[in-house]
Amino acid sequence: MLLAYGAIGAALLSGVTALAADRFPAVLRWISFTLLGLCGLGAVAAGGMVLLTGERMTAQLPCGLPWLNWHLRLDPLSGFFMAIIGIAVIAVSLYGPGYALEFQRPVRMPGTGRDDSREHFRPSLAALGLFTGVFVAGMLAVLLADDAFVFMISWELMSVSSYLLVAYQHQHPANRHAAFLYLLQAHVGALVILLAFGVLAGFGGGFTFHAMRTAHLTPAWSSLAFALALFGFGMKAGMVPLHAWLPEAHPAAPSHISALMSGVMIKVAIYGLIRFAFDLLGQLQWSWGLATLTAGTATALLGVLYALAQNDIKRLLAYSSVENVGIIFMGLGLSMIFVATGHPAIGVVALLAALYHSLNHAVFKTLLFLGVGAVVYRTHERDLDHLGGLIRRMPATALFVLIGCLSIAALPPFNGFASEWLTLQAALQVPVLASGVLRSIIPIAAALLALTSALAAATFVKVYGVAFLGQARTRRVAHAREVGLGMQAAMAMLALLCLALGVVPTAVIRLLEPVTQDLLRLRPAAATVRGWLWLTPVSPRVASYSAPLVVAAMVLTLLAGYLLMHWRRPGVRRVPPWDCGFGGLTTRMQYTSTAFTQPVRRVFAPVWHTDERIEKHEVAPARIAGLRYQLHIGDWSWTALYEPIGRAVLAAARRVGRIQAGNIRLYLAYSFFTLLLLLWLIS
Amino acid sequence: MHPDNLGVFSQGILVSAALVLFTSFVMLAQARIQPLIYAFAWQGALLSVTTALVALVSGHAHLYISALLTFGLKALLIPWMLYRLTQRLHIQFDVEIVSHPSLTLLAGAVLVVFCYYVALPVAQLSTLVTRNTIAVSMATVLLGMLLMITRRTAVAQVIGFMSIENGLFFAAVASTYGMPMIVELGVAFDVLVAAVLFGVFFFQIRSSIDSLDVDRLDRLSEKGD
Amino acid sequence: MADQLTGWLFAVLQTLLFAGTAPLLSGWIKRLKCHLQNRAAPSLFQPYRDLAKLFGKNVVLAQNASWLFRVAPYVVFGAILLAASAVPLVAIPLPTAAIADVIVLAGFFALARFFQTLASMDIGTTFGGMGASREVTVASLAEPAMLMAVFTLTMTASTTNLSVAMQHILDAGLVLRPSFLFAFLSLAMVAVAETGRIPVDNPETHLELTMLHEATVLEYSARHLALIDWAGMIKLMIYAVLISDIFLPWGIARQLTLPAVAVGVVAVAAKLAMLAVLLALWETVLAKMRLFRVPQFLGFAFLLSLLGLLMHVILESAL
Repeated sequence: MLLAYGAIGAALLSGVTALAADRFPAVLRWISFTLLGLCGLGAVAAGGMVLLTGERMTAQLPCGLPWLNWHLRLDPLSGFFMAIIGIAVIAVSLYGPGYALEFQRPVRMPGTGRDDSREHFRPSLAALGLFTGVFVAGMLAVLLADDAFVFMISWELMSVSSYLLVAYQHQHPANRHAAFLYLLQAHVGALVILLAFGVLAGFGGGFTFHAMRTAHLTPAWSSLAFALALFGFGMKAGMVPLHAWLPEAHPAAPSHISALMSGVMIKVAIYGLIRFAFDLLGQLQWSWGLATLTAGTATALLGVLYALAQNDIKRLLAYSSVENVGIIFMGLGLSMIFVATGHPAIGVVALLAALYHSLNHAVFKTLLFLGVGAVVYRTHERDLDHLGGLIRRMPATALFVLIGCLSIAALPPFNGFASEWLTLQAALQVPVLASGVLRSIIPIAAALLALTSALAAATFVKVYGVAFLGQARTRRVAHAREVGLGMQAAMAMLALLCLALGVVPTAVIRLLEPVTQDLLRLRPAAATVRGWLWLTPVSPRVASYSAPLVVAAMVLTLLAGYLLMHWRRPGVRRVPPWDCGFGGLTTRMQYTSTAFTQPVRRVFAPVWHTDERIEKHEVAPARIAGLRYQLHIGDWSWTALYEPIGRAVLAAARRVGRIQAGNIRLYLAYSFFTLLLLLWLIS
Repeated sequence: MHPDNLGVFSQGILVSAALVLFTSFVMLAQARIQPLIYAFAWQGALLSVTTALVALVSGHAHLYISALLTFGLKALLIPWMLYRLTQRLHIQFDVEIVSHPSLTLLAGAVLVVFCYYVALPVAQLSTLVTRNTIAVSMATVLLGMLLMITRRTAVAQVIGFMSIENGLFFAAVASTYGMPMIVELGVAFDVLVAAVLFGVFFFQIRSSIDSLDVDRLDRLSEKGD
Repeated sequence: MADQLTGWLFAVLQTLLFAGTAPLLSGWIKRLKCHLQNRAAPSLFQPYRDLAKLFGKNVVLAQNASWLFRVAPYVVFGAILLAASAVPLVAIPLPTAAIADVIVLAGFFALARFFQTLASMDIGTTFGGMGASREVTVASLAEPAMLMAVFTLTMTASTTNLSVAMQHILDAGLVLRPSFLFAFLSLAMVAVAETGRIPVDNPETHLELTMLHEATVLEYSARHLALIDWAGMIKLMIYAVLISDIFLPWGIARQLTLPAVAVGVVAVAAKLAMLAVLLALWETVLAKMRLFRVPQFLGFAFLLSLLGLLMHVILESAL
């Protein structure tokens, strides 16, 4: 508990020290980020200790409202998520000092290229440091909260500080728009979460989580509470169709903040949902599970399809976060279904899969955002179609990003595969269910998960192939340099974690045992029954996977192959690549990101709101001098959901606006009638 | 009813029932006229095999006659008539443009799950060998309707209609080992007469609107074109 | 302990057998196709000669090839070899089947594909990107169909471990299952797509506009090309063995005794030879389809496996 306080304190302190950064930039780089690193270490230590000992710690702080002190609690579930945050924060604190140099330079107005606006558009380092500190502290405090009051305050702290970070580079109008949208959605989400807590508090007679746990709700009311929670937390996590803000807001922030938002903040939303459904509501219903599973499947599939179509590399990563949230939701939904129908042993496996994937996604998404941040830092390009060939210019970054891509594409033996394998295994246990409808729906969801992961692999082949392989498409990219050691170290740490978490899934599951014990009163006993080498989620007969042996065999095969091939060392001749005899391969001949996805775009055409235009510049009939190709790919949720709501709100506002006549006597009359009405009500 | 504890013939019923449903999906997916007719003929043939197998397992002799009747009528005669019709109308190589083919097939799969859900209480009451196939027969009916909804040409509509009839016959066999012989004979001749009438009808539509596209029949409504 | 050791030894031997006989299967298919198409047939051992020739040559590498390009063939071959080690070929008691179940098998294939498509984009030629783009499109549509078919099977045997599944099917005896029928058809269609055979891809073409798989290996030469080609042959054999040993497991050895294994070898050889005849006929009768017809082909495979699953739920379960 003390460690957790220490972590929050360090985060806040880091924010405070950063106030001096405008005057002395070195303060931010050396003191604030060190403190942030300490905060991360503290969080990992606190989380790790709780997970190892499996005990719960509670505390009441004598502050807050007079009738409601602050209740705090650190149990295995919050400890696990605290460790996730800690890992990402450590990486960011290693990465930050190098990356922050970017903001010490004055920024030119986009497009104009003049330097006269230098003073105005110099971003404030103090703001960056302060809000980062508050943001991290807010996330940690959400995890510690044990009453709705602290929860909501920390939640708002987290939302508002991250809003300010999204708006950090506010010289671009697109970023201001994204930030506004984010703020709006965050508040609608928070409002709905507050209502959900309200339902529970009404039945439990208090705002502490303890009171809510003991509340007895009728099934209808508890379903309502769950639906509100799913909506509220789902909005923050980026559940389709409430996801539209996410791909706007996450890429707008500086890259290390994008990493925190995409990697960790949406995990806090998932924590909220798990806390609400599994802990506070308690009695699960299978229909909730079905709703979560359906929402998760749709989120995963649409998320990856939208990710695939993006050319902006940071937007692509943000959409891929939507996809991964979908996968986590699928795990949670399966868990609810199995637990509610009386098969807790399998429910535990599904819950494990969801938690494990949360951890994995935090690691590889942070890694990828940091890697992409390094690319943007050196090339100032976010458009995939302007990058290329970076593997030769930035070899270390290229290697780490490759590991991130392998993990996120769910390929063995990396960590993404292990958690998706667990999710699939849980889905495959459907024959135990009595309902035939569920037995036919769940495997379809599992097949769609397979489609999702295949499309994710396609997406990251595209990202890596277009950005890092091939030839550089612009001059700036052709002269990019490798980034500094601190940034490399952060990526190296995460890349190693990707491999380690994939190779010893049994260790992760051991660590998670107290969490499931706490939530479902059951340990995943069968999963590690054959020792650390074998992962057997249900029983060794049903399925087993041994990542360590896979790695060992792979290394052996590669070594044997390499040795055999190089026994005689036959020569290698370097020649120019074959250009079909037309002379000169140019960079414009390469497949672009747009071209790469064309077949998939055509197969799944109805998913996107595509606007494809080809303008022919015809000098004479049938003689075309030039072609202009424009492709705009939009998100259906805008036209189908947001714009109608937006229009409705505007119309309502206009109607309400009519009472604003601007006449002072009219306003006096309003006050007068309100007073009369109130007096009448009181009497 | 695990297939492991059933006799070979009962397993055969299940397999041929599944294949009947499969032909329904083939018809949904098939955009060309002639293969559509072949698929319909196969459905008839498989249906008669199913009926014969049910007769064999249950020992109801009259089902053999039904099977024979089905085979002769729905696998041979009606497909042959339709085939001749397409030849005389010169539309045997026509390809229909089906909008959203994959969506239609998915809707079909959803219909199957729905039928399973709906037929579950009926099947639980039944003690027959064929009780599991009740859902399949219902699905055949609904898929026939889906075919009629999604298609424009009159020939495809007729095939959809005949496929609904196949499904109804199948449902009767699956749930009560067939209807009384006299009813079955009556229905069989009705279908035959319907097929003949449709043939005449095709020529009538064709000569009046120069097309077999049923969407163009809405000209008859009073939109005042 | 001795038992376990024999088991592991056997697993290694069987993997070597897999790798060793895969070119033979390809040679046999090629020969059959030549006979069917009235062409003079090459020797059964031609694939071995081709591989040996490629292994002996000097590598010609593009100037700008990165380390990934040189590592990729080894990763591709390694992943496919690992996949082969997890598939029971002649005997059911296979300790390696527990390391990697069917889903991990699909993961190995995905790993190999990931590296191969990346390597094809490394040089920066148009064909490489084109091949990669098409390959991932086809693969991402084939994967759900394949897993759906596999799910149907695993729901009957309630396991994803291939050894245990085959044991279960053998124990149940000859049972006509509608779900297996559909899963078989679906898996066969997926196998055709995944191994780059007609009508999805033509293994013999080098015509620019129609290439899928070949476009991704255009820049490779010598030992790198040999490894990738060999991996392709092993992959074809894995699919053939999966199909024949899951749906017709009879003949496969249940114990690791010499006579049983000998029978197993003969049985699997006969099954593969028959399957090759079917494949050769199929490839002779059909023509390659347009790229944008492939989604329909795979969509139909998915529908088949979906029907298989529904039939399993509706027809094959107690009410």
